[in-house]
Amino acid sequence: MTPMTRKATRHISQNEGLIFEKSSPGKAAFKLAPLDVPEVDTAKLLGSSERKDLGNMPEVSEIEIIRHFTRLSTWNYAIDLGMYPLGSCTMKYNPRVNEAVTRLPGLANGHPYQPEKISQGALRIIKTLSECLTEITGMDAITLQPAAGAHGELTGLLLVRGYLQSKGNPRKKILIPDSAHGTNPATAATVGYAVENLKSNSAGMVDIPSLAAQMNEDVAALMLTNPNTLGVFEQEIHKIAELMHAKGGLLYMDGANMNALVGKARPGDFGVDVMHLNLHKTFSTPHGGGGPGSGPVAVKKFLEPFLPKPVIVTKADGTLGFDYNRPLSVGRVRAFYGNFGMFTRALAYILANGPDGLRQTTEDAVLNANYIRKALEGVYDLPYSTPSMHEVVFSDKLQAKQGVKTGDIAKRLIDYGFHPYTVSFPLIVHGALMIEPTESESKEELDLFIEAMRSIAQEVQEEPQTVLEAPHNTRVSRLDEVAAARKPVLRWKPAAQ
Amino acid sequence: MRYLPKSPADREAMLKAIGARSINDLFAPIPDQYRLRHDLKVPRQMAESEIMDWFDQCSHENGDEYSIFLGAGTYYHYRPVIIDSLISRGEFLTAYTPYQPEVSQGTLQSIFEFQTMICELTGMEVANASMYDGSTASTEAVLMAVRLTGRRSVTVARSIHPEYREVLETYALNQGIPLTTVSFGENGRISLKDLEKSFTPDTGCVLVQSPNFFGTIEDVAAIADIAHKHGALLVVAISEAVSLGIVEPPRQADIIAMEAQSFGVPLGFGGPYCGLIATREQNVRQMPGRLVGQTVDRKGKRGFVLTLATREQHIRREKATSNICTNQALVALMANIFMTVYGKVGLKELAKQNLAKTAYAASKFGKHAKVLFPNAPRFNEFVVQTKEDPYVINNRLLGHKIVGGFPLKKFLPELGNAALWCCTEMTGRTAIDTAAGVLAESEATEPVREAAEVAQ
Repeated sequence: MTPMTRKATRHISQNEGLIFEKSSPGKAAFKLAPLDVPEVDTAKLLGSSERKDLGNMPEVSEIEIIRHFTRLSTWNYAIDLGMYPLGSCTMKYNPRVNEAVTRLPGLANGHPYQPEKISQGALRIIKTLSECLTEITGMDAITLQPAAGAHGELTGLLLVRGYLQSKGNPRKKILIPDSAHGTNPATAATVGYAVENLKSNSAGMVDIPSLAAQMNEDVAALMLTNPNTLGVFEQEIHKIAELMHAKGGLLYMDGANMNALVGKARPGDFGVDVMHLNLHKTFSTPHGGGGPGSGPVAVKKFLEPFLPKPVIVTKADGTLGFDYNRPLSVGRVRAFYGNFGMFTRALAYILANGPDGLRQTTEDAVLNANYIRKALEGVYDLPYSTPSMHEVVFSDKLQAKQGVKTGDIAKRLIDYGFHPYTVSFPLIVHGALMIEPTESESKEELDLFIEAMRSIAQEVQEEPQTVLEAPHNTRVSRLDEVAAARKPVLRWKPAAQ
Repeated sequence: MRYLPKSPADREAMLKAIGARSINDLFAPIPDQYRLRHDLKVPRQMAESEIMDWFDQCSHENGDEYSIFLGAGTYYHYRPVIIDSLISRGEFLTAYTPYQPEVSQGTLQSIFEFQTMICELTGMEVANASMYDGSTASTEAVLMAVRLTGRRSVTVARSIHPEYREVLETYALNQGIPLTTVSFGENGRISLKDLEKSFTPDTGCVLVQSPNFFGTIEDVAAIADIAHKHGALLVVAISEAVSLGIVEPPRQADIIAMEAQSFGVPLGFGGPYCGLIATREQNVRQMPGRLVGQTVDRKGKRGFVLTLATREQHIRREKATSNICTNQALVALMANIFMTVYGKVGLKELAKQNLAKTAYAASKFGKHAKVLFPNAPRFNEFVVQTKEDPYVINNRLLGHKIVGGFPLKKFLPELGNAALWCCTEMTGRTAIDTAAGVLAESEATEPVREAAEVAQ
């Protein structure tokens, strides 16, 4: 157990009930300014629409709220505490200047419908970020409207559909590799397409003969993640693009793994027609416990007329504005202009990096993943020997012999002071351990992680029960997820009087 | 680069350990012809002080000194300071989705509290952990109703936020869901007569908003009766969450789709915001988005987990209830803290102030121009019809550092020279009086454009 103490040790954490359990009448954390207009008779104004009672809403003081949420916060693991190697999630450092610029009053309090002439600052941010992202991806145009990655996928497929429709036939199917994220097939269904699975070859890449056999005039697009979810670059990308284009189909790229490419290669150069980015992955906007994200969609020139409206334009007088007159647009996917607060953060990140910083970032991300791979190969089974880019996928084959699964190893990693890697994904690897360190980890932190993983592998051989019962040092032990789903308790209720 | 924690010696040592000669060896899987040989054409690396300056300039050029009378789907309310203090804690800010509950109890418990408060405020039995925003939540709620009823067409009130309607149109078009629009009557509410006529045996649901886009409170009970009589569900969108402090929630609805931006989320030029869906227990398995449930650990201790994941894309793939993955957890946390700060008493007082400011402004404006839809209750928005083009009036108001109401021409040309005005607790009486004064001047003088038209 010695290695454990190098990274993590136990500490006291405070117990804290639900906020409702602290509530009592007469406590308050608010004070409104005096009303400077006459009071109104609400019953007269609202009649039967007047609400009388707010039920069990809490009544607590400010210090209680501060302590409540501060205590809760200490029960979370976070990037700020240490390595968070979730594969395909790109848990990198979230720079604090991003937060500072987003809270500047003109940006934080800007109303989306305020006149364009007093919105030039926000419009310039949108335009500058758009230009940076089209350059980084090697594409021609972009929309920032989608609110998240899956929303970007949806927008991308709407563009595919809109374009093909304009040529006379929207087609019926989307091809999706078996290694893809679940959002890809779910998105295709949302846009009204049938999903056809495409199997991977023995190197973990798209099987070209299968693609050639499955590609026909019914297929609208192939949704490809590149590097794919194994962290492998699709080396025959040019053949893939050619096969799609030859039969009039489009190549969609899921940009979830763009952190492997920024400054080193551009999807627009290798045949991609439309792709989405995840600003909350590649461009450092915080994950915030599960959102908000932002999923811009970049396209080649021929898809530009179909972009959601409005689009940003430079007007005759040199000022910026929105253009709503877009007859071929697929419509609108979200109210207003997208998650603007993520644009400011992503742009601050790009400005802090510049071209050299972005390239170095990508190089370090790939270096880190390969360093882990080299150190753990043999300790954990490596199902695909194909070179890794920014993430590496092992399997639990060696540990499963002792009855220990990837999920158990993940839980044990918590005791060592790390967040687990991504468990059991991609689906093409049985018992997958998907590890993405990102560029934000120092050699020291990586060495601690490697040491932890090796130590766990040893525990699996010598004392598997320790791993099977992990985590041991958290506030709660493994939770009963089956009971949670069988008899869902989805809200607090006051105890029966 | 200051975010990267490696020295050149570290990089050397790591490359050596891997057995690579140079970093470019690791990029060998990318075919040579696609490897970038030049610097990206993005601005050069900037110091933090330069970044602050750049954005500061943008902030100044973004109307940072105006009083605003804009609502229309996003509202300027006071944000208690502790919201940002708390959400800035790295453990909330820099955590991922709580898939590993043992190290995510903070996020999970706070979402559980959020779900509870939303249920209390909406009168529904379950609420999800959040969606992208009100527009997409409304659309997802409609798709949910279509799945629940097995009927494929949808009736939509023309008085919902026009951009919500546009988002719904985008999704509905590709799922082959026909939409029927029902207009509003003299009182600004959906026309019940036209609503009645809109039904076919295939109508799965009715979507209305309350308070609607004009700020008018709909007669939800009457709408629900009609919808239910036809075997359809009622989906009610709420875009001004603060209204729930004083306006009876649409308890007769089957699904509520909400925008919680008013609960402590900055206007932020349109996002990120906090959509959500609330409904009855019986509908939960068709509800999209994440849900947090209470359970116990191996020692019987209370804890929280993400639950009912079999609805979701990472399990069900193309058969999922939605393709949604990310929600708006950090924004939901802002809303959660806001609801906790104001609580049972404060939300009501806050809503009352909104009501009072709006009533005052409507009566002031009504002396000089026509305030539409007087015969139904409203919350904090009202429509003012003028002789002069509201864009012209707004230009004049900018000179007084005031951003006037939202001109409705673009979306609702049938209302002519109308604008949607909004007052919150942040709207000062002085600004209301100044705006009313400018409006009075505008309306007293014969408008230039109309004079020109007469001359023709």
